[in-house]
This record gives sequence, C-alpha cells and structure tokens, in this order.
Amino acid sequence: MFRWERSIPLRGSAAALCNNLSVLQLPARNLTYFGVVHGPSAQLLSAAPEGVPLAQRQLHAKEGAGVSPPLITQVHWCVLPFRVLLVLTSHRGIQMYESNGYTMVYWHALDSGDASPGTWSGRVLVFDIPAKGPNIVLSEELAGHQMPITDIATEPAQGQLWQGIIAAGYGNGQVHLYEATTGNLHVQINAHARAICALDLASEVGKLLSAGEDTFVHIWKLSRNPESGYIEVEHCHGECVADTQLCGARFCDSSGNSFAVTGYDLAEIRRFSSV
Amino acid sequence: MFNRKFMEELFKPQELYSKKALRTVYERLAHASIMKLNQASMDKLYDLMTMAFKYQVLLCPRPKDVLLVTFNHLDTIKGFIRDSPTILQQVDETLRQLTEIYGGLSAGEFQLIRQTLLIFFQDLHIRVSMFLKDKVQNNNGRFVLPVSGPVPWGTEVPGLIRMFNNKGEEVKRIEFKHGGNYVPAPKEGSFELYGDRVLKLGTNMYSVNQPVETHVSGSSKNLASWTQESIAPNPLAKEELNFLARLMGGMEIKKPSGPEPGFRLNLFTTDEEEEQAALTRPEELSYEVINIQATQDQQRSEELARIMGEFEITEQPRLSTSKGDDLLAMMDEL
Repeated sequence: MFRWERSIPLRGSAAALCNNLSVLQLPARNLTYFGVVHGPSAQLLSAAPEGVPLAQRQLHAKEGAGVSPPLITQVHWCVLPFRVLLVLTSHRGIQMYESNGYTMVYWHALDSGDASPGTWSGRVLVFDIPAKGPNIVLSEELAGHQMPITDIATEPAQGQLWQGIIAAGYGNGQVHLYEATTGNLHVQINAHARAICALDLASEVGKLLSAGEDTFVHIWKLSRNPESGYIEVEHCHGECVADTQLCGARFCDSSGNSFAVTGYDLAEIRRFSSV
Repeated sequence: MFNRKFMEELFKPQELYSKKALRTVYERLAHASIMKLNQASMDKLYDLMTMAFKYQVLLCPRPKDVLLVTFNHLDTIKGFIRDSPTILQQVDETLRQLTEIYGGLSAGEFQLIRQTLLIFFQDLHIRVSMFLKDKVQNNNGRFVLPVSGPVPWGTEVPGLIRMFNNKGEEVKRIEFKHGGNYVPAPKEGSFELYGDRVLKLGTNMYSVNQPVETHVSGSSKNLASWTQESIAPNPLAKEELNFLARLMGGMEIKKPSGPEPGFRLNLFTTDEEEEQAALTRPEELSYEVINIQATQDQQRSEELARIMGEFEITEQPRLSTSKGDDLLAMMDEL
C-alpha cells in the first residue's frame, strides 16, 4: 500500500510530454534532484528526503542569437559509470550538461525531420561518452522500430537490463516485456486505457512503474518462472491521480518504496511512499 | 472562411500560433461577417472557444481522434450551409485536403500534434457554466477525466496479463484489478467524406431542446440563450433577414440610420452589463489586439489577415431590383 506524501510545488506546470519527470538520487548528499519540462524550459529542483524543496531553477535550451528557444521534449539525468549527465532534448537537437545543469558539454543538432531519440520516429541515437570532458561523439543510429514507442525502461548506464528483460510502454496502453537475448515477446499487459507516458524500473527489486494518460499509475513485479525461465509479472499496486493526465513517473529510490509523478497542467510533483 | 486562398495559407506547415496571433486571426474572422463585437463580448467569446477546444483535445480518446473532432466540426458547418452549393463545395474540398494531409499520419505523429496543441492550452482554467453544469469541469476549472466508459479504438480494456512461451503460444493468463470501469470500444469512427464519426466531441454543444445558459469566468450575470439547431426551415426567415438587411442598409430603399453599417453583437443582456463586464474582467485574461512581435508567426497572421481583408463587407450598399433574395445574394458575395 502506498500513501500520498507531501507534494513538491513547481513554478510552472508540467507539459503534456512523454516521460516528463527525471529523478536523480544522491544518497551521499541526502538529496534528490527532480527535472520537469514546462514549455521552453526545464525546471530543476532539489529536495531533501521528506520532500522539503531546497532549490529550484529553470534551464533553457540554448539557441543561436535571434532564434526563439525551442520547446523542450525531455529532460533526463543519465547515470553513467563515471559521470552523470543532464540531457535536454528538443525538436532541434540534443544538449548535454554536467549534472547540475550549469555547464554544457555537448550539443547535437537534429535535422528538421527528426524527433528526439527513441520516440515516435523509432530511431535511437547512441553516443560515446568519455569519463570526463566534452568529447562526446555520436557513434551510431539504430533505425529499428517501425511503430511509435513512448518509452523504454532500460538501464543504459550499466548496459544491462533487469535480468535480461526489456520493458516497453505503448501508445495503446499496453506494456510488453521482451526477452533481451531473443527479442521474443513474453508478456503482454493490458495496463492502461490510454497511452503510456512513462516507465521506470527499481532495479534492486525488479519492480516496474507505469504511468498513463488515463490518470493511473501501476506497479508491477517482474520475475522469472523457476522451471521454464520465462518472464512473468504480477500486479502490485494501482493509484489514481484524479483528473490528471499523467506525463511522468519515477521511482525515488532503487528499492521501489517511493515514487513521484507529474501531470499535464499540474504545478506540483506528487509523491507517494509505501506504508 | 473556407475560401481556397485562406485554406492554403492554413495548411502550410508552420509553428504553433502564439496566443496573440490566434486572437488576431479570430477577431478578424469574427468581424469579417456582418457581426461586430465590442471588447468584452469578444473576450468572452474567445474564452469560450478556447476552453471548448481545450476540452475536445484533452478528452480525445486516441490522438488520431483530433481529426474526427475536426470532421465533426465540418459536418455541423455543412448542416448550416446546406442550401449554398458554392460554400458546401469549399467545405468538402477542405475535408478532402484534411484527409489527404492528415489521413495517413501515424499514431505517434498524431500524439505529437496533440501534445503540441496541449502546450497552447496549458494553464488555462477558465470556468464555463455549461461545462460546470454538465459536470465535465470541476469548480477549480480543471476538466473531469472519467475512468469509465469505452476505451479508445485500438486499446484493450485494462486488467489482463498474458504470458507467452518461446513459440509465442499463450501459457498463462491472469487478471488484475486496475481501478477503472472500462468497456470495449463499440466501433471506429469514419474518416471518409461522409460517415458516422462515432465520437461526440466536436458536435454542437448547444443542440438541446431547452435554452442553455453559457457564461464564462464564473460571473453571475445571465446571457441570452444561443440559437438552437433548427431542422425545419422557417418560412418567415427570409422576411426576417430582409428586414435585418433593410435596417443595415443593404437594400436600395434607405440609408442606415445609425452611424455605421453592420450590426453589433452583444453577448450580455444589456449594454450596461457589457460595459460592466469589461471593467471587472481580470487583467490576465485581456488580450492586446495589436501585436508588435518580430517573429515568424506574426508574419503568418499578417498574411492571413491580408487575405481576410479581402473578405470585408463593402461600405456602399449594393443596388438591385429584386427585393427578396438581396441579402442572401449579398452574403454569397463575401
């Protein structure tokens, strides 16, 4: 069971984008960072464990002189083995910053026909990121998916998936679980009545969080059948955020005991924790 | 409005309009007819349009349904102008163009369109009494998102987990409680030129038998009721229109007695109420009609405004010999 915790107010409401919430836990500093997109700016804020907000600032995607700032499509903290980068994507390009958002280290401009990686065009861009410094290189482009995908929860940092399982959320409200080695579909969940906007994994316990535009958040437990080894799943918990079209959801800790959601027109981050 | 040049301009790929640009276009459209509105009534009409549009986009079950909503709008318009073959043809042409340009887009592209439209409406929570009465809007101005009813076409009712083996055969099936109360979608709406759209969003909000009150921003003033959808043609209609035309000075008989041609639409019951509303209107909802932006959307709206300028009603009344069909012929000229 989960209960509704103290919400964190935002300066601007969250935009109706997919995956519009990024969370970076910094247990060593007893802090959690949150990132939410509102139009042309990303709101970055830090909070103490009980959700007490500490600092908040806006980050705009930098543009050339005389051009109006683009609308941001996603903000995400990428946790890599040696460093953490803050990535901002827009229809015009991808910008990467140091994790506090103060220094830009890389800027990749997209052609006008492209979208941000891993979204509706189905293309995935892979970057080589060195341990330090700005020498980031686009290493390849994977044009795999024909169908639009709204989010994929993997763990790009370790290059591992949770026990070889890929979870994908779709625009028709389904969650699919694939065997990473074979690419076979093993589980199909009729999870939501509208498009899924975000997925997140709590790696320590194999819990999956899905949020949809139907106002619901669901938590699932992934496992493997001890005999066949096939992927299995069970539903743990569902929560309804009334009259709110959700646009982002993340676990706030790797054991899946707390999570946060954002919604279109909602000027706060709603937090839930287990009792 | 369905003039080919105007439509061509609208169909060009372009960025989302700013709020000021859209307001300019809207005002020019409203005033291109024989109708005039003052600032307070214009604001009210614009707010109503904006919130109704937001409602329709937000409540669309699947992103592609924004196209069905548009088709519903056009179908209703065709009902109004059914006796005018020239305009009917223009509307049909618009429908064809919509189908050609948008009919083949993927679900992901429609999702992008819908998300972009929602950016325009972000943080708008103006209360509309009709929506409040029908319980589709809460008192805080946010729309109700029901968790029951039919799922969108192409979506399954939530609550089922299916597990497969390596050969793709289903080996296990479990159900779970998802919290909503959904049923399967009955059928898909038609995207043809004519057809049952199935979706009710975008149909006439006012097509009920009893008069409907519509006010905006929660004020306690009453509005005169809007016209209802009339099915049977009124034999007096032509006479009424001609009387109106005479008052406006559109006939050969006499010059208009007032200082200006055309007539002014007041959305309030008296002129005093209108002035009062203009004074008490919250600051943040007022729009500047004149925009001094040097950005691309300003150019676009100027281009549109230039084309619409050609629609303006001319000052001199048209002289004609036949009385009965004068007004209708004159309106055809626009």
